[in-house]
Amino acid sequence: MAVDLPENVFMTQLDAAANWARSNSLWPMPFATACCGIELMATGASRHDIARFGAEVMRFSPRQCDLLIVAGRVVMKMLPVLQRIWLQMPEPKWCISMGACACTGGVFDTYAVVQGVDRFIPVDLYVPGCPPRPEQLLRGLIELQDKIKKTGTFTGHEFGKRTLPEGPLPMAADEIRRSKQEQLLFQADEQ
Amino acid sequence: MTIEEQLVQKFGANAFEFSQFRDNHRAVVAIDCLLSVLTFLKNDAGFDQLSDITAVDYLDFPDAVDRFGVVYILLNTQTGERLIVKTFVNDPHPEVPSVFSLWRGADWLEREVFDMFGISFKGHPDLRRILMPEEFTAFPLRKDYPLRGRGERHNFPVITRAES
Repeated sequence: MAVDLPENVFMTQLDAAANWARSNSLWPMPFATACCGIELMATGASRHDIARFGAEVMRFSPRQCDLLIVAGRVVMKMLPVLQRIWLQMPEPKWCISMGACACTGGVFDTYAVVQGVDRFIPVDLYVPGCPPRPEQLLRGLIELQDKIKKTGTFTGHEFGKRTLPEGPLPMAADEIRRSKQEQLLFQADEQ
Repeated sequence: MTIEEQLVQKFGANAFEFSQFRDNHRAVVAIDCLLSVLTFLKNDAGFDQLSDITAVDYLDFPDAVDRFGVVYILLNTQTGERLIVKTFVNDPHPEVPSVFSLWRGADWLEREVFDMFGISFKGHPDLRRILMPEEFTAFPLRKDYPLRGRGERHNFPVITRAES
């Protein structure tokens, strides 16, 4: 049974309409702690112009944001701040881990630097690079928009299913193994 | 009169071990006369600026006798002279007198050395950690502290997506 619609009316699903609106007006929270922050600023500036993708409204209050961009290394003193910012953001929200340091700790494998923020907060998308070029970040943003359009729902109930930690274990088996090896080398040196 | 001659005249030749590289003058003094030497340098020799305080851990260093060296870098802003004063302290309770009464700028410098090496400064008005979080227990720049720490960097709750 065909319904005759006027020319400027079209039918869609509520999910699709919500995803379309959300993905094209992501408001980023720039958590810029290092040189990735400079690339993030370049992405926002006129040459690369993140406004083309509707994500130019950088808000410095987490309560007005729905996209956390962790740009740069996060140290153990900063991690509680990051977690608090993430918890303060209203639903629905997403997280981009930008750059090698935010993803894995990068070259900063020291006592103070967290080896990847995904160990402690949920991350939706990783942008590799040291630092990533603005094009890479834009590509990541497009991928995230794609993800929102494909998996998002109006009520956001897809987030409720992610009950398990998604990153590596905080104290990875690999790290324990490495510290043991180092201890053995140290003992060999002593003898 | 050079600064070395002034110091020898005041404290005697046995109190110091001098060395020099180009315009880099260094004096090693014993911990007992450190405060009087620094007071003399500040009040009479014109070293009115304390550029830096730092420390060195000589654990397992070849031919080292003492565990920690504490280094004071002084600047005379009138003449542009610099002088590096160094002293040594040891475990189990490395302690040097605070120079906060001489240079107010020593406040944060001494707190940083305390934070990183665990060397306490007697007479400091507010000796607490400056860089590391307050609940941190180790002194990370000591040589017996592992480079990757003792798991402090990963001692946090994990937030899953469902509960945030």
